[in-house]
Amino acid sequence: MRTVPSAQNRASIDSSALNDSLLIKGGRVVDPRNKLNGMMDVLIEGHHIRKVARNIHPGEKTHVLDASGLVVAPGLIDVHVHLREPGQEHKETIATGTAAAAVGGFTAVACMPNTIPPLDNVSQIQYVLMKAQSEGCVRVYPIGAISKGQEGRELTEIGAMVRAGCVAISDDGKPIANAQLFRRALEYARIFDLPVIDHCEEPDLAKGGVMNEGKLAAVLGLKGIPRQAEYIMVARDIALCELTGGRLHLAHVSTKESVNLIREAKKHNLPVTAETCPHYFTLTEEAVAGYNTNAKMNPPLRTEEDRDAVLEGLADGTIDIIASDHAPHTLAQKSQEFDVAPFGIIGLETTLSLVVTELVQKKVMSLSAAVRALSDAPARIFRLPGGHLSPGAPADLTFIDLKAKKTVDVFVSKSQNSPFIGHMLQGWAHTTIVGGEVVMSKGRLVRKPTF
Amino acid sequence: MRLKHKDLLGLAPLSAAEIDLILHTAVPFKNLFTRSIKKVPTLRGKTVALLFYEPSTRTRTSFELAAARLSADVLNLNVSASSVQKGESLIDTALNLEAMKVDFVVLRHSVSGAPELLARGVKAHVVNAGDGNHEHPTQGLLDLFTIREKKGRVKNLTVTIIGDILHSRVARSNIWGLTKLGAKVRLCGPATLIPKDMKMAFGNNVEVTYDMKEALDGTDVAYVLRLQLERQQENLFPSLREYHEFYGLDKRKLSWAKNDCLVMHPGPMNRGVEIDSAVADGPQSVILDQVTNGIAVRMAVLYLLAGSENALIPHKTEKDLAVKVVS
Repeated sequence: MRTVPSAQNRASIDSSALNDSLLIKGGRVVDPRNKLNGMMDVLIEGHHIRKVARNIHPGEKTHVLDASGLVVAPGLIDVHVHLREPGQEHKETIATGTAAAAVGGFTAVACMPNTIPPLDNVSQIQYVLMKAQSEGCVRVYPIGAISKGQEGRELTEIGAMVRAGCVAISDDGKPIANAQLFRRALEYARIFDLPVIDHCEEPDLAKGGVMNEGKLAAVLGLKGIPRQAEYIMVARDIALCELTGGRLHLAHVSTKESVNLIREAKKHNLPVTAETCPHYFTLTEEAVAGYNTNAKMNPPLRTEEDRDAVLEGLADGTIDIIASDHAPHTLAQKSQEFDVAPFGIIGLETTLSLVVTELVQKKVMSLSAAVRALSDAPARIFRLPGGHLSPGAPADLTFIDLKAKKTVDVFVSKSQNSPFIGHMLQGWAHTTIVGGEVVMSKGRLVRKPTF
Repeated sequence: MRLKHKDLLGLAPLSAAEIDLILHTAVPFKNLFTRSIKKVPTLRGKTVALLFYEPSTRTRTSFELAAARLSADVLNLNVSASSVQKGESLIDTALNLEAMKVDFVVLRHSVSGAPELLARGVKAHVVNAGDGNHEHPTQGLLDLFTIREKKGRVKNLTVTIIGDILHSRVARSNIWGLTKLGAKVRLCGPATLIPKDMKMAFGNNVEVTYDMKEALDGTDVAYVLRLQLERQQENLFPSLREYHEFYGLDKRKLSWAKNDCLVMHPGPMNRGVEIDSAVADGPQSVILDQVTNGIAVRMAVLYLLAGSENALIPHKTEKDLAVKVVS
């Protein structure tokens, strides 16, 4: 009974006014939802997919795009992005954040509500959508706050925000300590079939912590955040999911125990989904040594044992989605003392490459499973258009060059806070197409789409 | 032999040989104190900036005297704690000092890792005078110096460190220094102040016990840490009375240690809380020797850093090059 939000409306605008068609030839199409994985051509008409088949012959007016040697995937969707607008435009804007997304191969992002002021009412949601329409390079789906002002006391007008185009609710960064309130959010969101996202962190246990609690924190003299702070809340949320039947989505899973709890919940067919981020399957707390503020994020980097568990969770499908948790901060802020520097790293431009380098190359996941976690699953769980290449679907595509190698250097994002600077990664986005229009080609932004 | 480091950020990165070098170098400096003129011209023309983001009397005075006795010019900068959060950043402050051609920055900071941040940003030698809960290397060195002076050695001694290990930079520097020089280290205090990771953190070279009798039995040194009284508000222990009852060092508890056990404390003391006056002022106490030795050790540190390999001072002989210390 969810009414069609305007974001989806926009995506499904009929393109009959546009006669031009685009044929993508010679690529390896990987579309997990349609179980496609092979050399095929993709014909786009206007803003939509017309068909996917072998050897499609171009018509007279058809523009042909050569994709030989490249993977052609449904457009990647990042469901955990901080665009920082409104309020912190010095870190990122909707324009720069979506440009970074396009360069990273993402055709859509869902943006978190912890802006200043937070996205906790209809006009804020509308503001983001309006800005995205005029300045965005890719599709933007706002996530609304669960509680007014993200203060953990009163529910926001969830229904009105959904009508305005919000695709999920979350108090990201300010986890809801009050179990009763979180229960109500899960229950109420059922009306709209809306996922409720939790950043799992028991606030008193985590208070003042800046890295994973353990040996290294003890040596460095830094206050730790125990792993228990995460999985106590994962356990609570799963219990509330069982109580309410509401759709629970767990953000940035970082511990072994969380993965195990989610696996168990799924066995009981609870409506639980989960995501992790590239840094949790690539790095461990050792990256913090030397007080590296670009390795400071929340939840913190954990241990090798946790990294292994996250890899296992990705391999067996316990973890549905890979998202970046793109969290831009200025160089000045990250150049402060470790305790003082803010949490978070950017990720839009490195997520795909880390997935290819760390998961596909190392055979943790097949390419098809990786595309599922980056495109199909986000679309299914957040009920977004795209994520597949069926006829009539929006013509959102990402070409991936699996062989391209590049050292991570500078970013299109306004901020540069990445622990992966200097890392040599293999597998980069080659072309990003949104609504049938090429927005990025060979690392360069081409144009802003008119979708 | 020279130090291989531009900075002294902690004892963790130093080798046993380097620690030895500093302790040996401090001996002639200490002998200087018995003369009527306690000053040498070693660092004439050099400038030492004391950048203190936390109030400190003892450490600052000690560094000031150490620099003065080496004939260096001293620049005292007391920055209030609030400016950590607002106003000029640490890096900007450091760059300004650099622009004034300061040779040493002695940094005291409430945040762990601040000296590393500073050392990356400036060419001057950075000396950590205590950072958050991380390290207080010159305190560790002066404690090692004092133990060696009184006992003739450090190797194979048993040293018991008592109190709030979790929040103690003094404890961390001592654990590194003592274990590197071959002492056995025991940690004792309430379990809330010695979480289980602490034992593993130092490579299982330390014993942890929550029982004072076990901790002090046969020990050569009883090292009492200062208790920050506000920890009680965080429920890390129920009351000062109970803390004193279980972990305060008094005559009765000290009797469990060896007869010639040294009593040490980094100061300032909370008399009647972590230590009784009868013990602090008793015959086994070397607490004031620690203070005297602090100046000699800090002189040695400044002197050695000025001549370290990265200090752009040419090596005197081939032989000096041959005995590089590997960190």
